Formats: sequence, structure tokens, C-alpha cells
Amino acid sequence: MKKIGVFICHCGINIKDTVDVDRLTEELADYPGVAYIENYMFMCSDPGQNHIKDAIHERKLDGVVVAACSPTLHESTFQTVLKESGLNEYQMEIANIREQCSWVHTDIEQATHKAKLIIKTAIEKLKLNESLYPVSAPVTKKALVIGGGIAGIQAALDIADAGFQVIMVEKKPSIGGHMIQLSETFPTLDCSQCILTPKMVALSKHKNIKLYVNSEVESIDGYVGNFNVKIKQEALYVDPAKCNLCDDCTEVCPVLVPSEQDEGLSWRKAIYIPFPQAIPATYTLDVENCLGLEPIACGKCREKCIAEAINYDATDTIIEEEVGAVILATGFDLYPVENIPEYGYGKYPDVITSLQFERILSATGPTGGEIYRPSDGKVPKEIVFVQCSGSRDPEHHLSYCSKICCMYTLKHAKLYKHKVHNGQPYIFYIDIRAGGKRYEEFVQQAVSEEGILYIRGKVAKIYKEGDKMIVIGMDTLSNKKIEVKADLVVLAMGIVPSEGSHDLVKRLKINTDDKGFLSEAHPKLRPVESLQAGFYLAGTSQGPRDIPDSVSQASGAAAKALILLSSDKIYHSPIIASVDEDLCSGCAICVGTCPYGARELNEVSKVVEVNEILCEGCGACISACPSGAAQQKNLTDDQIDNMIKIIASGK
Amino acid sequence: MSLKITREKIKNFLVDKIEEISGQNVFDCYQCGICSSGCPVTDYMDYSPNQVIRLLQLGSVDEILNSKTIWICSTCLQCSTRCPKGIEVAKVMEALRTINLRQREGTLKPEDIKSKELKDLPPIALVSAFRKLTG
Repeated sequence: MKKIGVFICHCGINIKDTVDVDRLTEELADYPGVAYIENYMFMCSDPGQNHIKDAIHERKLDGVVVAACSPTLHESTFQTVLKESGLNEYQMEIANIREQCSWVHTDIEQATHKAKLIIKTAIEKLKLNESLYPVSAPVTKKALVIGGGIAGIQAALDIADAGFQVIMVEKKPSIGGHMIQLSETFPTLDCSQCILTPKMVALSKHKNIKLYVNSEVESIDGYVGNFNVKIKQEALYVDPAKCNLCDDCTEVCPVLVPSEQDEGLSWRKAIYIPFPQAIPATYTLDVENCLGLEPIACGKCREKCIAEAINYDATDTIIEEEVGAVILATGFDLYPVENIPEYGYGKYPDVITSLQFERILSATGPTGGEIYRPSDGKVPKEIVFVQCSGSRDPEHHLSYCSKICCMYTLKHAKLYKHKVHNGQPYIFYIDIRAGGKRYEEFVQQAVSEEGILYIRGKVAKIYKEGDKMIVIGMDTLSNKKIEVKADLVVLAMGIVPSEGSHDLVKRLKINTDDKGFLSEAHPKLRPVESLQAGFYLAGTSQGPRDIPDSVSQASGAAAKALILLSSDKIYHSPIIASVDEDLCSGCAICVGTCPYGARELNEVSKVVEVNEILCEGCGACISACPSGAAQQKNLTDDQIDNMIKIIASGK
Repeated sequence: MSLKITREKIKNFLVDKIEEISGQNVFDCYQCGICSSGCPVTDYMDYSPNQVIRLLQLGSVDEILNSKTIWICSTCLQCSTRCPKGIEVAKVMEALRTINLRQREGTLKPEDIKSKELKDLPPIALVSAFRKLTG
């Protein structure tokens, strides 16, 4: 029989005040298997750990039970103690007599008795514990970044700069994301394109980065460190290698489509370059709208193209790549503005979204940075900005704060004042949330010095009278109902996970929250990791955030991915499922039950096999197995039986 | 009745005047309300000090000029001392009183004062009233 040492921790007074540790020590000393027992003030302290080490050597112990706090806290501490003492770390069990006993009871007599039972169950479990060793697998030293906005770009550059290969997949014809659409950025008011394009160029010229645009990830198979990725790339109707960017094709194209880059405020052709600094710098043929795929109907661009870069017969291709880590930077979209009909978007051309106003302010936008309103091209003299359009309205729209609207709306109002000096901006708001570095100062300066009037209240409705938009709101500070005759209304739309991300996360089986944002492994301590091993989160895919936060989170995700990529092997807990081949009937019920795809029926032997790297040790297969062939290592049916016997006996 | 605000009304002539007389920027105020909570006579006012500043921001000067508040203010300077944005609210009150008095030119006619009142009122009140209210 194993010689077991039992070490009871006082945890200062946390355990000792409710559990009589001296009596426990006395009563358990004679329990079968216990070769040594002691109690100490703090087992987790260095002297406490030395007590265990000394006892292992002097008493020649085979296993250790530490009766202390939850194993989520100090399991690895005590496992290390065993390793350092030459024992297998899986010959250590924690009996949780703090969270599950002393903290939840007041009666010393009963708590002491319960602690005794908990320690006995741990001893019984330990008696049948096997020595286990972490499962290991090699790592493909390459990363996949999904999404080419600022977060994806930053993560890709960080990983590539560290010397690892990066595959970037972007759905649109160019990288740059929403940031390339913005005019200036808060709170410094530096030009968005000026700070983003250097990073885009760096990415396109980086020897370690391979970029696929007009592409989507179809599937990712495999497991952490060893993923097989299938990427669907839309047909290359314009060969980037041949295209000389002369723009002749765009000139002759007869088709007009609302420009995505300008949020529908201008037109583009069916063959186009989305914006001058697009990366990769090449033309894209919009197959949905092109007439030329039926050459009899059009075919003008191909006739005009001297470089012979246009090929109407190109087809979609599937590219396969192997990577070790995946960064998800799938970005955001605006909350659908048509869901707020009382604000009149779509009905009145002078009610626009915040992104449309960004384009009006932008030097590369439809008005070249001059502020004209869409209906008649007049300079608006009074603009109303409506914050929380969609956000913070759990009853009708989004329950959450979209976090960036307060600051971008103020930026809009400021930039408007800088261009239309005698204009009057009004901002309807519920609260001003300016919790970033130099954000509050940005707000105060605008309010004190720039003549921007904040009105505290939500806008109830917007309608047209003559050529004015009548905005009906409330100022809860003066308790007055407010009416403004505005020339232009800008709705500060809330943000939601990008449309494309919903299907993608379903295909990749990535966890999301109830709003569709990607779930982090821990809300505070593991914010850039997905619950799925090997997947990391960057930017607004995880929740609303601004550029500085997206960039820092992207670098955090890159650092986490680099930890994985710079390891030669990955290790995985050996507390996983196993199959007793003699008992397995090959019914494969467990295969369908496994949420991780870790079980597979071997068609030759008709026995189910476990992929040890994929198995997370959840136990679903064990409860599903009708013949008892599936067993959890170190948590076998026999061990559980013995533990239940102790509890059921009450002694 | 909703308050109709326009760019002409915001920062109108009177608001500019009040800012000039008081030397304060009323748009500095972010409505924390400490002026009103520290004020010993808020309970007797029809508009609390922060409401006075808010109405100025909205350009509603007339409403305040007709309020009791500016006369109840005793210039104890609690508001000016506590304001986190450094607005001397008491000076704004004084500016409002000044504007009010300037607008009410000739509201006192000495010949209308009854002889009994002339006897009863302290001389300093009469001198002050002649100086401020006779135009």
C-alpha cells in the first residue's frame, strides 16, 4: 500500500477558526494508508513546502494529500513540491477544506467532521492514482490572422517581427478595416490614414507575412499548435501581377454601385480600387455587379486593359495552410440603423450615420473633406449629434455601452467647428464616458472653449419641416423639453460584431457571448485568449473598444500566440479520457458526445480511440459510455466509488 | 412648451455680457451640482445655482433675470470656493443682478415715495435705491 502523508493547513485563521486541525491530525493518524500527518499555519509558504519535502524524504512517502484551499489556487504549487522531491506530481491530491468547508460553516464540531470526510475521500482517491505525464505534441510555427483591420495588422506585424510566418486573411479587397475610413482620431486629432498606412505598407512588404484578400476562412481542423486551415479565395479576375494600376478599366466601366468605402455616399464602378492607398494595390472586379462575365453584354474593361490583366473566366480557389495559432480580429459593424425608425434614417437624406459623417470629414471622402449635407449640398449651420443611437437601450436595442461613441461624436463636433466656424453643434447624450488617457481633458476643452453644446437627454424623434430636421429631445439638467431645427443629424450608432463573424465562429466552433462578441477565457485574467486552445482574440471582435485598446490587445494576443509558437512542443494535462479496449463495443455513442472532436472510431479494430491533445477531460464520454469502457485517468469509476463510500458512511 | 434653441440664442448678447461682467466662462460648467449642494440658501431659491448656469448655457437669460434666486444669493462664496472647474458662481450672480438693474432703468420715482416710507426706511437703503433704480 502507498505510504501517504497528510498535510493540514490552517490558512492563518481561515481554516483553523472553524476546523479543529489538532483533533483532525490526531484522528486521521491511524487511518489506513496514512504514514505521516501534521498541521501547519501556511502550507503554501516556503517553510510549509519544506515540511512536505522533508517528510517525503524522511518518511519515504509515495503520495501526499494537502488539506487546504481550492486546487484552482495552489494545485500547481504543491505539484511542484512533489516534482522537486522526486515524486510524480499526480501523486498529490488537494482536499479543499476552506472554500468547501471552513468558509461556508460556523459550527466547529460539524465543520471538523466534514473536513475529516473530505480528507478521507482525497486519501481514497490518491490510493488508486497512477503516475501520469503531460501529453505532448509538436507545434507548427506559423500563425493565422483573420481580419485585416488595425487589430489584425498589429498582431500580424508583432508576430512577423518576432520571426514567425503569418498568414493574413481579409474578406474585403484591401486591408485597413474601419480605421482607414476614419478622418481623424481622438483625442489627438491626428489623421487616421496617416498613422495607419505606414503599418499597412509595412505589412505588405514584410517577408514573413502572406496576405490573402477577398478571402474567407472556410474551415480549421486539427488542434492547438497543429491546425489545418482551408481558405477560400475569390476568383482573381484582375491578375495583380499584370495590373499596372492605370485606372483605364474603371473609366470605361458602365456600372455604378454605392461605394462601401464611402458608406454609400458616393459611387464606385464594378471594377475598382477601393481607395488610393489600398493594400494590395490592385483592382477588384465586383462579380455581383459586373456585366462582363457575359461578354456579349459588356466586356469593355477587358478590351481596354493594355496589360491583359483581366480574365473573366477565373474561378474561386481553395488554399490550404498549416498553422499553430490563430488570431481572431474579425472587427465590428454598426448597429443596423433601420432598427430605429423614429430617427428617420433612410427617409431623410440629412439623417446620416456616424461612419457616413467620418467619410464627409475625410480628405479622401466624397466631399474631399468639405462639410456639405447630402440632400442639397449646403453647408450645415446647425448639426445635432445623437449619442447612444442603439446603445444602452436593453428594452429595444443593445443593452451595452458601445464605448467609442462619446469620444468619436465629440471629435466629429470639434472637426465640424474647425471647418465651419460659425456653425453650432449640439450633442444629445445620456452620460459622457471619457475614461481614457487625455479623454476627459479632450471633452472639457471642447465644452469650455469650442462652443459645443451638450444636452443631457435622449432624442425622442426627428422629422422634417421645410429644409430643416426638427429634433425633439430633453435636457434633464434644466428639466426642459428641447427642440432644435437642425440642418443635419448625425446618429452615433452603437457597434455590433461584424456580420461575417457570426458564420465564421459557428464554423470554427468558437465561443461567443450572448451579443455575439467572442468570449475570452477569463474576463480579467485571460482577456486575449479564447476558451478554445490556440485561438486568441484581438480588437472589437471581443467587445467594443477604441484604437489604442485594440492595438494593445492585439499586441497582447500576439504575445500569447508567440508563447505557443516559440515552444518546440505543447503540453497538455494528462487528466483525460482513456478507453479500455477490452470493454469497448465500438458503439461510438461517445464520438457524438465529445464536444472537442477528440474521439474517433477505428474502423479496423472497431474500438474508439482518444486524441489525447484534443481531449479536455470534460468527462462527457465517460458518462455516455454504456459499457464502462471510457474512463477518466485518475478519476476512474473505482476511485469515485471509494470516495462515495466514505461520504455515504458519514464516518 | 419646449425650449427652442438656435445658434443665435446660444451665446447670445446677454450671455456674452454676463461673461464679460463676471469674468467667468459659464460653458466650463459640467453640472456636478456642488455649488447648489454647498449653498446655504438653495432651499429658498426658485432656481438652484447650477440650474442658473445651465439656463445660461442654453441661452435662457430672461428666465433667470426674472428669478428670485439672484436676489436670494448672499454672495457667501461657498459656490465659488468649491467649484471644481474654478467658476466663480457668485460673480455670475452679481453679473445677473447688474444686468437686471441696468435693464430696469428708472423703475423708482422719488416723487412716488410716501412720506411715511421716507421716515421708516434707513437712509442707506434710500441712497442705494436712488443710485441704482432711478436711471
